[in-house]
Amino acid sequence: MHLSLDLSVVWAFVIAFAVFAYVVMDGFDLGVGLLFRGLRPGEERDTAMNSIAPVWDGNETWLILGGGSLFAAFPLAYAIILPALYAPIIAMLLGLIFRGVAFEFRWRDPGHRAAWDVAFTGGSLVAALGQGITLGALLQGISVAGRGYGGGWWDWLTPFSLLTGMSLVLGYALLGATWLVMRTEGTTRIHARRMAFRFGVATIACIGLVSAATPFLNAAYAGRWFTWPSVLLTAQVPLFVVVGTALFFRALARDAERAPFLLALGLFALSYAGLGISIFPDIVPGRVTIWEAASPRSSQIFMLVGASVLIPVILAYTAYAYWVFRGKVGQEGYH
Amino acid sequence: MALTSLDALVLARAQFGFTVAFHIVFPAFSIGLASYLAVLEGLWLATKREVYINLFKYWLKIFAVAFAMGVVSGIVMSYQFGTNWSVYSDKTGPVLGPMMAYEVLSAFFLEAGFLGVMLFGMNKVGRGLHFVATLMVAVGTCFSAFWILSVNSWMQTPQGYAISAQGQFVPADWWAIVFNPSFPYRLVHMVLAAYLTTALVVGAVGARHLLRDRANAGARTMFSMAMWMLACVAPLQILAGDAHGLNTLEHQPTKVMAMEGHFRSHPDGAPLVLFGLPDEQAGTVRYALEIPKLSSLILKHGLDAPLKGLDSVPRAEWPPVPIVFWSFRVMVAIGFAMLGLGLWSLWARVKGRLYAMAWLHRAAIAMGPAGFVAVLAGWITTEVGRQPYTVYGLLRTADSVSPLQAPAVAASLVAFVLVYFAVFGMGVLYILRLMAQAPHAGEPGLQPGLPIRTAGVTPAPAVDPDRRLQPAE
Repeated sequence: MHLSLDLSVVWAFVIAFAVFAYVVMDGFDLGVGLLFRGLRPGEERDTAMNSIAPVWDGNETWLILGGGSLFAAFPLAYAIILPALYAPIIAMLLGLIFRGVAFEFRWRDPGHRAAWDVAFTGGSLVAALGQGITLGALLQGISVAGRGYGGGWWDWLTPFSLLTGMSLVLGYALLGATWLVMRTEGTTRIHARRMAFRFGVATIACIGLVSAATPFLNAAYAGRWFTWPSVLLTAQVPLFVVVGTALFFRALARDAERAPFLLALGLFALSYAGLGISIFPDIVPGRVTIWEAASPRSSQIFMLVGASVLIPVILAYTAYAYWVFRGKVGQEGYH
Repeated sequence: MALTSLDALVLARAQFGFTVAFHIVFPAFSIGLASYLAVLEGLWLATKREVYINLFKYWLKIFAVAFAMGVVSGIVMSYQFGTNWSVYSDKTGPVLGPMMAYEVLSAFFLEAGFLGVMLFGMNKVGRGLHFVATLMVAVGTCFSAFWILSVNSWMQTPQGYAISAQGQFVPADWWAIVFNPSFPYRLVHMVLAAYLTTALVVGAVGARHLLRDRANAGARTMFSMAMWMLACVAPLQILAGDAHGLNTLEHQPTKVMAMEGHFRSHPDGAPLVLFGLPDEQAGTVRYALEIPKLSSLILKHGLDAPLKGLDSVPRAEWPPVPIVFWSFRVMVAIGFAMLGLGLWSLWARVKGRLYAMAWLHRAAIAMGPAGFVAVLAGWITTEVGRQPYTVYGLLRTADSVSPLQAPAVAASLVAFVLVYFAVFGMGVLYILRLMAQAPHAGEPGLQPGLPIRTAGVTPAPAVDPDRRLQPAE
């Protein structure tokens, strides 16, 4: 590490931030999609959809920003990771297509509304599962040959990647349920609160399982977690998870409005930080570091000029959007 | 193994071609439509004539559906470079990645800032501010086209790069990269194509409703505006296409050889092959219908100017000649048909029968989808004509592909085809359904209850949070 600005580290954090912004924001709206079939047709479903309608495609933009920045700032990583995770990524894209157009088409085509509702839930499920499997497959390691992917087209499929896939589905459902607790009223909210309990338990169990399995995937992961004295720092993460879990269930039991959602986001942030501890400074875990994958300085600077102006603008705008649409939502839609 | 990797290459190309071909249609339409909407609103503000604002609301509904489909099909594109063309991504990322990131950032910026106001803010913000939003969306679609065409043009006429020790293209001069030699021509040609495509669609919708009711004010206005557009822009497009062709001859001569079907070199003036069947094996165009010397006249502005043919370059450098030859002819034929329709409409206008000439209206309906065909044909000409390279003269397509197994690419190709036809087929059906309704006075805007996008945050309701729950009108 130099004292001068290390652009690769800057870009690693920008991309990590974009991915996290994507996970929490599209996470809750995918979660609403996952819970959608459990809601009654008519008022409950319309309310749930209207609670995410104004913000979902802004949320999804972070996925494009994350992928695009990876291509620009770390092209070698982009070139290795995407072919390795071919099937889950393409499944995710196809799921997102179904889900994205369901928002538009559902309202324009009442005759086929039931079908678009299935597409909405199905698309959300496939997308969430694809993302979770992608994460697990990345974490378990990718075989690299030269400057490219060196494995087969089923390498991503392991018990571990299925575990992370299922974990993300359950976690997104938790975010969706707590979001609805915060944003809706009446029967929708009662249903959502019940779901928040169930998916809360499931998510905590998954965090435990994934955390227990991860150090065994790669000696370097274990090293980053358990080396003295940095273990004093890393040990805070599971500790906070325990505290967060207790607070989460207490808030839910007290029927709080916003706290369950914010605490669920906190659990996601802690899991994400844990992930970061495991892999940093690698970008293809165990194989390629951020410095090895980096674009030349001139590319990183050229893009940083635009990003440093536009990302704050986008963030401010997003915050404004959430502020405008705060509070309880009706089933009538915004216009 | 060699066979398997070859299959994966062919399948990856098919997949990329399919997904881009589907995607390109939506931006081509929304670039033109955004500008048309800005013109309509501007005319309404200037003249206060009701018909313009009714047309604005009529086309706004169609714009909203087309834009949404453009967005979701675009998400796929941003990941396809990595999944199917990873070697290309590794090598070109330092140059092309930042430009694509600018496209994402600028597109989001426009969408977040102005699309929502444009779609849903008619009654919420002042007229002036709403018009600014519409203008910004129109400018923004062109901005998006700017970056993506700069990327594409760099792949055709690369410059401003150096090659690193790892074999990557690295930027040496950003100005030279962004404003590469073919970029201005390609940008103008594409934006004009988008305008013409939209004019043909608008003209066809106007003509359809004129056939039912010649007095429909909205149908008359949109038909008239679309025909003006064709009459004025089609000739400009032919000039722009010609200039683009000369630029291509300078920088990508083999592409022009394939377009023209010039297998042989012509040291003393080349003929223009109108039609014929290119035979790559025999290196000749069978049953060719030729006009002597005309190709030299067009390309070199001299009857006896020598033109080199494909025999002057190694066989391994040839693009697939028949595809390029035919797609080029389809594009040019449609271009001249557009010009013909525009001139016919001028004549009808002079005669005072623009709204009465049923055959003109039928022709306009028949030409309705032709712009999309021309855009696709032009795109095939330029992209297939670049073969066998992804980065012209520097990086071969065969060396760009990911290390993929054929079954993986085949399975995903099938999935893309099924999903795209189902999903976008429905979307096109909804658009056609909107177009089937006649434009009328008091046109409603977007229906209440429709979800708005991110975008949809309008400044006015922010002031009064309770207003947002009220049903519209």
